[in-house]
Parts: sequence; C-alpha cells; structure tokens
Amino acid sequence: MVPTAYYLVLGAVLFCIGIASFLIRRSVITIFMSIELMLNAVNLTFVAFAHMWGQVSGQIFVFFVMVVAAAEAAVGLAIIIALFRVRQTLNVDQVNLLKN
Amino acid sequence: MNTNLLWLIPTLPFAGFLINGTLGRKLPRGIVAAVALLFTAVPALIVADLWIYMKSAGAPLALSVRSCPWIAVSGFHVDFAFAVDHLTLIMLGVVTGVGFLIHVYSAGYMAHEEGYWRFFAYLNLFMFFMLVLVLSASFLLLFVGWEGVGLASYLLIGFYFTKDSAANAGKKAFIVNRIGDFGFLLAMFLIVAHFGSLDFHTVFANASTIPAPITAICLLLVLGATGKSAQIPLYVWLPDAMEGPTPVSALIHAATMVTAGIYMVARCHVLFDMSPTALAVVACIGAATAFFAATIGMVQHDIKRVLAYSTVSQLGYMFMACGVGAYSAGIFHLMTHAFFKALLFLAAGSVIHALSGEQDMRKMGGLRKRIPITFWTMTAGVFAIAGLPPLSGFFSKDEILLQTFSHGGSLYIFLWLVGLITAGLTSFYMFRLWFKTFFGPEHFDEHTHSLSAHGATVHSSKSSTLTLEAEPDNGHASHSQGVHESPLVMTVPLMVLALLATIGGIVGVPSAFGGHNEFEHFLEPVFASGNLPVHEAGSSMLAISLAIVSVLVALLGLYVAWLLYYRKPGLSRKLATSSGAAKGLYALLDHKYWVDEIYGRGIVAPLLASSRVLLNGLIDTGVVQGSVSLIAGTTGAVSSLTRRMQSGNIRSYAGWLALGAAAVIAVALFGHYPLH
Repeated sequence: MVPTAYYLVLGAVLFCIGIASFLIRRSVITIFMSIELMLNAVNLTFVAFAHMWGQVSGQIFVFFVMVVAAAEAAVGLAIIIALFRVRQTLNVDQVNLLKN
Repeated sequence: MNTNLLWLIPTLPFAGFLINGTLGRKLPRGIVAAVALLFTAVPALIVADLWIYMKSAGAPLALSVRSCPWIAVSGFHVDFAFAVDHLTLIMLGVVTGVGFLIHVYSAGYMAHEEGYWRFFAYLNLFMFFMLVLVLSASFLLLFVGWEGVGLASYLLIGFYFTKDSAANAGKKAFIVNRIGDFGFLLAMFLIVAHFGSLDFHTVFANASTIPAPITAICLLLVLGATGKSAQIPLYVWLPDAMEGPTPVSALIHAATMVTAGIYMVARCHVLFDMSPTALAVVACIGAATAFFAATIGMVQHDIKRVLAYSTVSQLGYMFMACGVGAYSAGIFHLMTHAFFKALLFLAAGSVIHALSGEQDMRKMGGLRKRIPITFWTMTAGVFAIAGLPPLSGFFSKDEILLQTFSHGGSLYIFLWLVGLITAGLTSFYMFRLWFKTFFGPEHFDEHTHSLSAHGATVHSSKSSTLTLEAEPDNGHASHSQGVHESPLVMTVPLMVLALLATIGGIVGVPSAFGGHNEFEHFLEPVFASGNLPVHEAGSSMLAISLAIVSVLVALLGLYVAWLLYYRKPGLSRKLATSSGAAKGLYALLDHKYWVDEIYGRGIVAPLLASSRVLLNGLIDTGVVQGSVSLIAGTTGAVSSLTRRMQSGNIRSYAGWLALGAAAVIAVALFGHYPLH
C-alpha cells in the first residue's frame, strides 16, 4: 500500500507548481488553469487524509471544492471573455484596472 | 427698602457691559454713554437707599442674600451669596459714587476717542467685578471679583492696544497680579483644608476654636493684597498702568482695584488679629511702601506718574493702619483717598486735555489763569492729600499716624516716624506738581496745541493710529482756542469731588478736635467682632500734639516745594546735576531705585532664559515636538515602504498572498503559537 505521505508530497508539489505558474505566467487563461491545479492539489490531500482516517468528510469536501471550481470556471471564463472584449488582451500586466 | 434689590447692584453694570459690549459698536455715542451712566447711577441710588435703610432700621449687622447654592461637593459647600455690613456699605458707597462720577467725566474725556463703546463696556465690567468683590460673602466669590477686576484692569490699561507701551503695561499689571493671586489661592486652600468652608461667617466664627496656621494664611493673604494694592514687592505694575486713559487711572487708583487689598485685609481682620506677626508684616510693608513710593514720586516728570506713586504711597498708609489694627482708620483713609485721588487724576486729565495730550510737567506751567476750574478743584485735592487741615486727608492720615504712634513698642514709634517723613514728602511732591503745572512761566508751545493739531493729537499723542475725527469744528468751538478749559461734563464731577475732598473728613473728626469720630463708630460693629478690642487711641493731648507735628511737616514740604519750584526755579535742576550726594540721590530716585531693572535682571531674564533653553529648546522642541514628529515620521516611512505593495499587478498581489500564507505556516511550525 502506498503511504499517505506520498500523496501529500505529490499534493504539495502540484500546489507549488500551481503557485509558481500563477506568479510567473501572464496569460489569464494559464493563471486560471494554475488555480484549478492548486485546487486539485488540495483535493488530493483531502482524499488522502480521508482514506487515512477512514472518514468520509474529506471526500465530501472534495465534492464541494469541485462544485465551486466548476462554478468558478463558468463565471471566470465569462469574465475573461468580457475582459478580452474591453482590453483586447489577455495579458494581466496590462489590465491593472484596480490600481489608483 | 427691600434688600432683595441687593443683587441688582452688581447685575446692572454687568447688563450695561453686555449692552455696550455687544451692540455698542452700532449705537451712537450719546446712547452708549447714557447706557453706561444709567447702569452705574441706579446701583449708586440703590446703595444710597440701602444706607438710609440701615440707618433707620436699627442697623442690622449683616444682611445676607443667599441667592443659590453654588458649589456643593460632598462635605464642601459654597453659596453664591452676597452680604452687607457696615464695611461693605462704605465700600459700596465709594465704588458706586466715585465710580459714577468717573463715568460722567469719561463721557466728556473720551468724546473724541475711537472705541468709545468698548471703553464704556470695560468700565462697566470693572464696576461689576468690583461690586461682586465688595458684596461677596465668601472667599471664593471675593476671588471671582478679585480676578475680574484684574481682567478689567488689563483690558482698560491696554485700551490703546495698538500702542506697544500700553499693551505691555496691561500685560505687566496682569502678570504681577497673578503672582499675588497665587498667594491668595494658597491661602484659600489652607482655609478650606482647616475650616472646611470658604464662607466668611463660618471661617471667622471658628477662627479661635479651630487650630489652623493662621499666620501662614494671613501672610499668603497679604501677598495677594500686595499684588492688588500695589505694595512692596509687587507695586511695579501700578505706575505703568498710567498708559491707560486718565479716567481709568482714576477708577483703578481711587475707587476700585487697588482698594481691594485693603478691603480684603480689613474684611479678614478676625484672622489678622490672631496673628501679631502678620500684622507687624502688614505694618512694615505699608510703611516701607509709603516711604519709598513717596521718594520716587518726588522726581517724576509725568504728571500722572507722580499721582501713581502717590497712590502707592497712600495705600501704604492704609496698610500701615491695618497693620496696627486700626482698620477703621485704614478704611477712612481709603474713603478720603478715593475722593481726593479721583479728583487729582481727573483734574490731571483735564490738564492733559487742555494741553491736547501733554503729560510732561516740564512742558506745563502757568496754567492757573487758563483753566481756572481745573486749577481750583485740583488745589483742593492737593491740599487734601498733603494733609493740611481741615481737609479730608488731614483727618484720615492723622488718625493713622496717631494709631501707629500709640500702638506701643519702639517698632511702631519708628513706623510712625517713617509715616511722618512720608507725610512731608507727600506734601512736597504734591506741591511740586502744583507749582510746576499751574504757576511760573508757561513752558508749553501754544502753537502745537492749536486748532490744526488738535484733532490729531487728542489724548493719545504718541499714537496717530488711534486718533480720529480730525474735524476741529465738529461742535467743539472751544478747541479752537488752543489751551482750553474742559467742558461741563468733565468739570462738574471735578467740583463734586473737590467738595467731597474738602469736607469728606468731617465724618471722622476725632474727639480730640471736638468731633465724635462717627466713622469709627459706624464701623465698630464690624471691627469689634474681632478677638482684640478696638484699639483705644491715646489721649487727646497726644492727638493734638501729633497733629501739630504733622501739619508742621506738611507745611515744611510746601515751603521746600515753593522754594525749589516757584521762588528759585533753577535750583532743583542745579541740585540734580550738581556733583556729590545730591546727584547720586537724584539718579537713584529718578531710576526708581532700579527696581524694574532688578526685577528684569533678577527674575524676568533668568525666567525667560530658562524658558527659552529648558522649556522651549529642550522640552518643547526636543520632547514634545520630537515625539510628535517621530510618530509622524515612522508612519510616513512605513507607509512609503508598504505603498509599493499596491502595484495594481495581480500577480504581485498573489505573490504577497503566498508570502503571507508561507509566513503563517512558518509561524505555526516554528513559532510559539501552534495552529492546533
């Protein structure tokens, strides 16, 4: 049986990859995808812990997260399309509308 | 007479102050003066009525009008209460009567001044506070009036506020008085601590039963009195107070402020009687002040300054009287002094008015024929203050000298001698003023006092910004004659005061001269309630011989003044400029013993220096300003650092977020605050 720590390490690695690409990439789509990656990394640790403790609550949390992620994907894509229409770009460095 | 009218006495001048102070600027001058006069005349009438009532109704000792409770904190209680006894009645009479005459005079004297309404508002305010002071039935209310006259005097002395010297004189009066008030306050604290009350009645009734540091209380009260009544060492403000308009000088010097100290000592005579030390201090302060002020007065050139030092000197006499327990003699002199000093000041004002603002006696002379009414009224004042019989000053001053002499003990014989010499000096400097102003050749320049210059130099010759109405023929035909007699509105008060100064002594003629000394008997109910019996003055033989001596001394003063300033006019100048002792003495007196300079070097300069270095440099700049700018600077620096975080770049925000999360995890893992 694969030890729980392996899953946790894999989750942490995936999460860090998500953070790194979030910080480095400029395209809104890629940033969006890296958020999904981080969410899935968290999901993985949830499932691992649920299995380890023999409890179902972790699994349920994963469902909640997936629901929220799906909703976010729908809303987020709409926002991205609206943003593209306004600014004609998907580069986040050029859409700093909140400054000032 | 309904004693409920008592509260009207101070309230009416206050109403006058409010009306003139708020609306006066828009009112015509006639109405301003009418308001001010009405609101001082009515209290004077009420006082007169009260007087008749007290005489007819078997003279009740004290009428208290307890208006309302004022301060009531657990165990400590002060009422807002007025009380009237015989002493109050005399003070009320002097303040309202002489005050009213001064108001009348002011209506004429100030006629050409800017700020007419302001002047009368202040004048009424002065009356209000003085009446509160006199009427109060507790130390606290007395203190309210006490501070109030200080404020009013500051406003009035600094009336020509665009003139530096006037503004400074006002400040000087205010600050010097604060020193005295400090003593008064401490005395009140001691009284509260030991008696638990500030009510006169309670304190005096328990004075002999409750052990309290009576001497300390009395000495602190005396400190307060020296400030208000311009005694050594706090007399320096009074001569400078001459910067105010002349009626103000008359009001301050004669009827109101400076008499407050004497009144307070007399009012607290129960306490003073219990402390021979304090009494001796009062007597010595009084005698020393009387003498030194008189010597300074001998060489002054400003006509008002001579009178100012004379006031300081005469107040010294009153203190001396209080110091030997002869309170009624002190109050008697206070009353006669109010008559003749008000007269002298107003007459001096009339002289100044005639010469369009000239106050230097060296530029006067020969005015006898030009302004006869002023001359004759002033003559009455000069003879009264010089102590020549049968004018009022003779009786009151002699009473003090007699009481001092017969008090017993070599100290008091010495004080009597000082008083006697002072009487001679008084006579000398007053006749010097008289001769220099009214006799001899004319030293003034007729031309500068003529029509064209008048409008621009009226009263405040040094300050062109304050003069107004350069319209010489604005209903003042008399002004076109150059040196001129004052209008009736000014001369009538002079005549009334001259009459009072002449015959005012009648009420206090001692039995030695065939009188009954009614004044002393009138005040007996007040002063007999003390612990000491009213001092019995010596035999009538002693009284008569002492009176003869003092009259001779006064005549000697008259003779010397006549010799120096009338017979041989150049002699005094020769004495002053000659070498030797006379010159040194003259310089000493001319510089007023350098007291102002000593105070300046010894007290003011070190205080200023330490304030600048220690308070301003170290505390204010260093500590206060430093800490403030430290806080501001730190906040600024932190914000300029953190401001960069808000770049508007979403990825940098995310980076900060991640950094924060990492920091939280780090703290949870390695810090003292685990997350579980």
